[in-house]
Amino acid sequence: MAVDNETVRRIAFLARLKVEPEKLEDTKSEFNKILAWVEELGEVNTDNVTPLVSVNDEALSLRQDEITAGHISEKILKNAPAQEFGYFVVPKVVE
Amino acid sequence: MNDLTDITIAESLSKLKAKEISPVELTQAYIKKLDENHKYNAYITLTAEKALQDAHEAEKRYANNTNRNLEGIPLGIKDLFCTKDIKTTACSHILDNFIPQYESTVTQNLLDNGALFLGKLNMDEFAMGGSNETSYFGPVVNPWSKETPLVAGGSSGGSAAAVAAKMCAAATATDTGGSIREPSAFCGVTGIKPTYGRCSRYGIVAFASSLDQAGPICKDVTDCALLLNCMAGYDAKDSTSSKREVPDLSAFVGMDIKGLKIGIPAEYRPDGLNKEVASYWDKAAKILEDCGAEIIHINLPHTKYALPTYYVIAPAEASSNLARYDGVRYGLRVDGNGLDEQYINTRTAGFGAEVKRRILIGTYVLSAGYYDAYYLKAQKVRRLIKNDFDEAFKKCDLILTPTSPVEPFAIGDTKMLENPINMYLNDVFTVSVNLAGLPAMSLPIGLSQHGLPLGMQLIGRAFDEGTIFKAAYQLERGANFVRM
Amino acid sequence: MSDYVIETEKGKWEVICGLEIHCQIISKSKIFSGASTEFGDDVNENVSFVDAGMPGMLPTLNQECVHQAIKTGLGLNAVINKYSEFSRKNYFYADLPQGYQITQFQYPIVGEGFIDIDLSDGKTKRIRIERMHIEQDAGKSIHDIDPHKSFIDLNRAGVGLMEIVTKPDFRSPEEAGAFLRKLRSIVRYLGTCDGNMDEGSMRCDVNVSVRPLGTNECRTRCEMKNVNSVKFVMQAIEVEAKRHVDVYENDGEICQETRQFDPVALTTKVMRKKEFAHDYRYFPEPDLPPLILSDDLINQIKKELVELPDAKKARFVHELGLTPYDAMVICENKEVADFFEKAAQGRDAKKVANWLMGDFFAMLKKKNLDIAQSPVSAENLGKLVDLITHDVISGKIAKDVFEIMAETSEDPEKIVEERGLKQVTDTSAIEAIIDAVIASNPENVASYRAGKVNLLGWFVGQVIKQSQGKANPAMVNKLLKEKL
Ligand SMILES: [Mg+2]
Ligand SMILES: [Zn+2]
Repeated sequence: MAVDNETVRRIAFLARLKVEPEKLEDTKSEFNKILAWVEELGEVNTDNVTPLVSVNDEALSLRQDEITAGHISEKILKNAPAQEFGYFVVPKVVE
Repeated sequence: MNDLTDITIAESLSKLKAKEISPVELTQAYIKKLDENHKYNAYITLTAEKALQDAHEAEKRYANNTNRNLEGIPLGIKDLFCTKDIKTTACSHILDNFIPQYESTVTQNLLDNGALFLGKLNMDEFAMGGSNETSYFGPVVNPWSKETPLVAGGSSGGSAAAVAAKMCAAATATDTGGSIREPSAFCGVTGIKPTYGRCSRYGIVAFASSLDQAGPICKDVTDCALLLNCMAGYDAKDSTSSKREVPDLSAFVGMDIKGLKIGIPAEYRPDGLNKEVASYWDKAAKILEDCGAEIIHINLPHTKYALPTYYVIAPAEASSNLARYDGVRYGLRVDGNGLDEQYINTRTAGFGAEVKRRILIGTYVLSAGYYDAYYLKAQKVRRLIKNDFDEAFKKCDLILTPTSPVEPFAIGDTKMLENPINMYLNDVFTVSVNLAGLPAMSLPIGLSQHGLPLGMQLIGRAFDEGTIFKAAYQLERGANFVRM
Repeated sequence: MSDYVIETEKGKWEVICGLEIHCQIISKSKIFSGASTEFGDDVNENVSFVDAGMPGMLPTLNQECVHQAIKTGLGLNAVINKYSEFSRKNYFYADLPQGYQITQFQYPIVGEGFIDIDLSDGKTKRIRIERMHIEQDAGKSIHDIDPHKSFIDLNRAGVGLMEIVTKPDFRSPEEAGAFLRKLRSIVRYLGTCDGNMDEGSMRCDVNVSVRPLGTNECRTRCEMKNVNSVKFVMQAIEVEAKRHVDVYENDGEICQETRQFDPVALTTKVMRKKEFAHDYRYFPEPDLPPLILSDDLINQIKKELVELPDAKKARFVHELGLTPYDAMVICENKEVADFFEKAAQGRDAKKVANWLMGDFFAMLKKKNLDIAQSPVSAENLGKLVDLITHDVISGKIAKDVFEIMAETSEDPEKIVEERGLKQVTDTSAIEAIIDAVIASNPENVASYRAGKVNLLGWFVGQVIKQSQGKANPAMVNKLLKEKL
């Protein structure tokens, strides 16, 4: 499955990355090289194979419903690039 | 003894306990080495002053006999571990001003054992890379380099180089596809990636959650057991951490290995395998055999597919794990016209080329219409790879392989840079272990004809690090590798 | 088939509608972190490092959220899946700190189920539930503080949600409204969600399509997000269905898209077209192993489940003799049903129901109070009914007594005692009044005796009036007949 320029642009937008127009061809060919390589997996017969989701066979353990965190807004905001009135601030989001 | 930095942690601890040396002296010795060796670019943040303060505290503890397991031992910390109030960057521009307000569980465990931290160590950006050349702070130089500067391996290149050049007594590291073992091999030091779930991932900047695992890089096998015992253990803050008890790993060091079955996988020995690597492999097998182990030939039939599987799963998880670096709550922000543009500008400027490459691949393999062909397929092959190991471990107790098919190469090597897959291929012996969640250690076996270290890998059953320590110690004695 | 048909000059159309409802789980802490779920606290106060998506932070699942989901699943008569998985839904948004939402995708915790709804024509209809999964909520963006900036508060980020998805079984706005009321009633009974749509703790997405009546066509549907009241959901279905009919009858096409309902203009407008639709790249959450539930746990929760509205309603009809309508009204709200049961204990339940649904509800409405704040307690309402039943006061006096109870919260027995409102059943006292009335109205007495027997009512009224309402009407009747 070779990708085209449009796919590279779409994937880049999904990942919120910019591929400069002059780098589009290079990015695409590198992309296709890697994809062709991973497509070797197609050779493997995986009929009736259950996908491996978790290597550890231990069941998920659950946490007690207790309040153990919070009231650290100063620490939460400590590294914020922009903040006002205790909020994180971003450019206006238009719905 | 020429220098306090020459001795291992085990040796240091006995001298400290005997009050032959003081933690302050020890720390000063490492700081001195560290100052002499800035050329290796192993550290990106230094906390030497704090380390010295802590060394004075440690001295009091030795005086009143309240010293803990690693009291006063100066360590280096890979910059992937969040350290409270100490800049943690993952060696990325996008986090180069980030100061965590929390401590990772592994580093907290080390602090609770009395260790002190000399600083944060260089690494590949977000641990993505095999040569430490993707770091925003520039490559680490392998201390074994002759005229040409060589890579230290990646991603824990700073950790391995710092231990090799005695810029710390030991270092923390992480391993997603070989990032502890490959740099350990390249720098002639010893590192273990424990079983997935042994060490908590809480507070470690995530690369690929289902593969990432922390471990120590040390001067020798004995120190690895000491360190890992202090780092590992169940942590309720990481739902993938294991509740299985961690045995006293030091107890395995020195045990005899009579009757232990060592598997040699045929698939790891293609025709084109580097002759030197192959002959050291034979030598290692011989050493273990001489110690009473039995060599068994085994098969891991899906080995060929491990790298492609890894390069679907790891980028997929990474693409999602790195979505949080969006310039909203912390890290770099590059303004743009509207939120989407701000995201794009921030992430495009903040991430380096390799990280962006993997985010794109990972985004693609998860996207609508491609998920089944790539991601789901890779998860199924991952199961087959794990099954291979399960089968093999019915016949043997350990698996012996080289750590890397190559010796350390030059920084800026064009073959590695012109095609990313060439770099990826260096992980051929290490990635399967992460896919199967198994423990594996790399230890130095000897020098190549160029005088560069080569490493051997011992792979164990899940949660059976103990057997690795048993055999590794015997192999270490037999190899008689001379540290830098 | 429903009676709800959109009829135009050109033809008859049927509405097809399905709902997706997000219910906020009642729990002390968030679903994947230990921060409080409390509303109304200061900005970013109920936020942990996990909720803020800080590097290296990991989710840990709240047991209470799982139990609440199981309870709700049982309340929906649904299959509880012993194996379920968490997945990541990846998208960028300012108030989504991790860059993904942890939700469930392929393997939800709750499978198929159903709810029976009561319709105004007295019939019931079964609405099938497709699935229910648990997930985390996003934070809140505030857009109206500054013309150029949005402000992000993460207090709500990470609060647990249950997302209930119905089959497209609704054929009229009324059915959807009845379903939402019933669902709200069930989750409130269970204590798993407070069901307040106006406060956003229950949010509804509405999917609508239409087809020519009598056909089985599947036409394009449109989704309206976050419609936040039962009334608006009903209006949105009506408005959107009419729009579809209008487009089709003018040879237009309906595009699959997300629309927004405007309750003021009573229109829907497009939010997001299909071609700009997200590609969420769902994949299993590697930070959380699969969730495995035991039969023991499910059975334990089943055993402890409260009686749900349908069961309670049936019991009130069969054991307490209420009409199905009265039982339905009383059982919609658990507090009302509990209040009623307490008040009706050991008494004529129908009489109590009449009082409850009549004067009592009217009083609450007038005073704008919840049943929990009622000045008249269940015991006192019961006692009042007793006073009537035992002929201590008349129904008319009872209304006065009730009014005093509503003002003073006093025991009706005390009110009747202290204010001397007891019904006069003493024959001689009543006879004295009758004699006085007869004596002072000779003309009417003559008319009555001449055959104008319907004057009896007038005499009864006079006597009761003279007794200030305290004379027992039956007794007055009997004695008057004798005397006249
Ligand atoms: Mg939905
Ligand atoms: Zn949802």
